[in-house]
Amino acid sequence: DQVLHIVPETFQQVQHLQHLCSTLLLDLWKPQLPEDIWAGEDLHIRVPAPLVQEVKDSLDQHVISYKVLISDVQELVDQSMPRVRSSQRQVSEGYDYTQYHSMEEIYQWMTQIQENNSELVTQHYLGKTVENQTMYYLQISQPSDKTKKIIWMDCGIHAREWISPAFCQWFVKEILQNYKSDPNISRFLQNLDLYVLPVLNIDGYIYSWENERLWRKNRSPYMNGTCYGTDLNRNFNSSWGSIGVSYNCSSDIFCGSGPESEPETRAVAQFIERKKSDILCYLTIHSYGQYILTPYGSTTEPPSNNEELMYVAEKAAAALMGKYGTSYEVGSTSLILYSNSGSSRDWTHMIGIPFTYTFELRDKGTYGFVLPSEQIQPTCEETM
Amino acid sequence: AAAMELPPSHYPASRAAALAAGFVCYRRGSPGRGLALRAVRRAGRQAIEDVGHKYHLELVLEDVLDRDTTVNCTAEVLYHLGNKNIAPDVQFTIEGELKNTDEADNIFYNRIKSLEKELVAENIPDSHGKVSPEMEPVLLLARVAAGYVIWQNSTENTKFQFAQIKHVKQVKRSDEYLEFDYVILLHEMVSQEIIPWQMTVLWHPQRGVQVTQDSRQAKHPSE
Repeated sequence: DQVLHIVPETFQQVQHLQHLCSTLLLDLWKPQLPEDIWAGEDLHIRVPAPLVQEVKDSLDQHVISYKVLISDVQELVDQSMPRVRSSQRQVSEGYDYTQYHSMEEIYQWMTQIQENNSELVTQHYLGKTVENQTMYYLQISQPSDKTKKIIWMDCGIHAREWISPAFCQWFVKEILQNYKSDPNISRFLQNLDLYVLPVLNIDGYIYSWENERLWRKNRSPYMNGTCYGTDLNRNFNSSWGSIGVSYNCSSDIFCGSGPESEPETRAVAQFIERKKSDILCYLTIHSYGQYILTPYGSTTEPPSNNEELMYVAEKAAAALMGKYGTSYEVGSTSLILYSNSGSSRDWTHMIGIPFTYTFELRDKGTYGFVLPSEQIQPTCEETM
Repeated sequence: AAAMELPPSHYPASRAAALAAGFVCYRRGSPGRGLALRAVRRAGRQAIEDVGHKYHLELVLEDVLDRDTTVNCTAEVLYHLGNKNIAPDVQFTIEGELKNTDEADNIFYNRIKSLEKELVAENIPDSHGKVSPEMEPVLLLARVAAGYVIWQNSTENTKFQFAQIKHVKQVKRSDEYLEFDYVILLHEMVSQEIIPWQMTVLWHPQRGVQVTQDSRQAKHPSE
């Protein structure tokens, strides 16, 4: 197979090329669709080996000049296959994805990941936390002319749920390690951009490492510094403060002094608000319980696209179970767990993002938040 | 009133199931055996006038030490109306035999009895979920005793899970019992609170587990 580079000069040439592509079912690499072929714009077409001569003849006949961009596609494919590693776990030198990592290590990891995969990954500033830590998200995006829809995933909104940031890191690693060899992933990235926020509640996460392992909230001081922390997942502007919350700062479900009172909440909300027309799916990763939760928490009234939401979630749960037999329940938060208001998942659905899910990862309570690190790999593998 | 079928994945069933599982763990657990809730197969609820709410449950329990081993369990949970000081009534039947733990229990018993210095430990499992093999029976014993505390303190609006041993200290006794003073952390799902709880636990391989004293502790004020 060969890939040809053509720059059509006239409208007739464009028409002929479109005709060629559709009758011979040629594989358009750039642009994606025949209707996007324009005069003066780059055109890359992959031509299957048996058709190469016919296509070149036809181009010659119509006085359309071309260059051979790739003379042997298979050779290139073979070269780009990742060598089988003895330990399939590391895409950054020495990073152990089967252990929990401190925030400092995660910051370093993000830098490394961008450096080692700069053709696909860029690190972006999102905002600052209460304690002035910088929040970064990773954008995984295959260069292309068209704007792609976005899938957003955040981890670590609750400090003690360590398996959640571990999953975000694993996820990024898996995508980067396999996007060339796995047709599902490569097709995915052709059409979608992934935005991953590995730790949303950075202050809380650090606090759970250094002071109190089972801390949940952020580290916002209240009452003259006698009381700390807002539950970030009660702080979004979705029926804020109405149900399933406490107005008492000492509670683990304290909703803050107002919707989006916390800088972490604002950083996420402002970004998502700006990009919302391009965001197809919002995922927020928690533990524990083994659930895939759909809107809403603040009401048992089902969302308008409930059937579709449930259908997709059921499929996901079934696929997950196929790996290690782990069972995940699917349903709305208000029916499965409890009523709550101000959650990020509710808010993103309310502003119009169609697919919004909360994942509660392993386990069902035996270890709960202190999930043994031996379970990181199976948990992440099945959730992928 | 007639019994109403409940969706097993919804919280009224799962809260009653967590309570039942805690009770079963208390009655059937030992330092050699922990039982945890794997799944709720079926659930029903009946409102009994002037008495309370009664739940019928079909559960699957798993062996904490060997998660491939499961047993079926039917249970009935009666939450009493009004009076919050009465623990719910729980009755259960386990299908089939549970693994015999006499050998493991005796080994643990003899090991502790022969310790020169009283056992003392903290944070089990540790932050990374690790439990040393020597502490495994101490942890299982804590789960058993926690089952008692969970049973005694549950309502239809709570769902308790054992989270961690914060601190454990053995108390040497002149009689045949082993005594441990625990401070454990319980996770309450609805409020999301982590609740420290002190328990004095007595155990003997043939005599089972007793919680002779327990009290909810104040959360130390967060700095």
